[in-house]
Amino acid sequence: MSDALISARDVTKVYHMGAETVHALRGVTLDISRGEYVSIMGPSGSGKSTFFNMIGGLDTPSAGEVFVEGFKLADLNGRQLAWFRCHKIGFIFQSFNLITTLTALENVAIARIFSGVTPAQARTDAAAVLDRVGLGHRLHHLPSQVSGGQQQRIAIARALVNEPAIILADEPTGNLDLHTGEEIIGLLNGMKQDLGITVITATHDMKMISASDKVVWIRDGRIDRVAGKGEVKITVGSIDGDTVA
Amino acid sequence: MAARKSTRLQSIPEQGQIPWHVAAVVSWAGLRRRLLRALITMSGVILAIAFLTYMLGTESITAALVAVNDNALNVLLQKAGVDIFSAGQTDDMMVMLIGLSLLTCLVGITNSMLMSVAERVREIGTLKCLGARDSFIVQTYLIESSLQGIIGAVFGAVLGCVVALVVAFANYRGYALANLPVLALLRSILWGFLVGAGLSIVAAIAPAYMAARKQPVDALRVEE
Repeated sequence: MSDALISARDVTKVYHMGAETVHALRGVTLDISRGEYVSIMGPSGSGKSTFFNMIGGLDTPSAGEVFVEGFKLADLNGRQLAWFRCHKIGFIFQSFNLITTLTALENVAIARIFSGVTPAQARTDAAAVLDRVGLGHRLHHLPSQVSGGQQQRIAIARALVNEPAIILADEPTGNLDLHTGEEIIGLLNGMKQDLGITVITATHDMKMISASDKVVWIRDGRIDRVAGKGEVKITVGSIDGDTVA
Repeated sequence: MAARKSTRLQSIPEQGQIPWHVAAVVSWAGLRRRLLRALITMSGVILAIAFLTYMLGTESITAALVAVNDNALNVLLQKAGVDIFSAGQTDDMMVMLIGLSLLTCLVGITNSMLMSVAERVREIGTLKCLGARDSFIVQTYLIESSLQGIIGAVFGAVLGCVVALVVAFANYRGYALANLPVLALLRSILWGFLVGAGLSIVAAIAPAYMAARKQPVDALRVEE
């Protein structure tokens, strides 16, 4: 085992859907270092989401191993996984997934409360993080009362409030316009640089890819190729990954 | 957002319990913002408990009046359809009706809680991604249901008692006031309240466990 933050070793995932057997992953091996900004690309059905979920401890491999900070995730029980997700991972979703009935402050504070601090302390911490993402003036608004970009900022604040080692962002700009998407990418990049958080995104967004340290293509359940920063040639409106060795 | 933690853990600890009032805040926020559904569920509880309390209250009032054994009052009692010789015995038909109304109420609450679980699969998954333990999810649903049950039961018990009093005054005039079994009436309110609260908790057990069993990855797969 290497000293990488995240280490996937020959990860396989097989689903049985009735009589049909689906091979979501067919042996994925990948290391991700601390502080890296990694984009995972792949068409839908490529196994990208499955791999993504395994890093977050949401799904377990059929064979192979996933280590995060040296811990084999498959060995953890339900409560340990809950602790792991709470303290080590910050999840960001394409559709924001805020609790619609709670205010911005409450949405962030509840994640903080799960980490074990008192509710009063959680509100203080939540307010500080919301302020940091530029929403200090929207603390008591419901998600429905703010724009999509602001909702994603609330979600980023929620992901950051427990100072995770890893941010897992699934198409974080997928529901946002170009300009707002750029702001969100800037925010994520800032988190990586200022706090040393490892950012892993699943995305099709070109802006996101150009901000990445590493781009991983997954196709048919296998890693198709991995490109480092500067290796990715971006053309107008599309990305050409096949011309680079 | 202090400096990064650099301590290396020997093993991953288990996620701790969250104070129950945190779940209560989440439940309360959910109820307040889905007020219409909460009110419909509550109205079912109110009706069932009002019926129960009305029957209990009326029974104690008539029992008190029969015990007076006054000729003029006995005539009034018979006019009101009370069989003064068998008063105090339970009426099987009534027990069955009350039982049925409570059962309907129970099914109504369960149904409303199941709807609540189904439309919040994504929310449950998100909470689990944030580190919620199963017990937290169970708590939020039990509290949501019992809040509706308790509020509905309070209104229902008071309403049932008031109706029993109004009917008694209409039938027996001053006799009812003079022989009011205050303690027995309070007891029927208490019974109505306890049954309503208990019912709402029992009704929520299955939906709450179904919610807690949802896996975060399944919950996140659901499209809005």
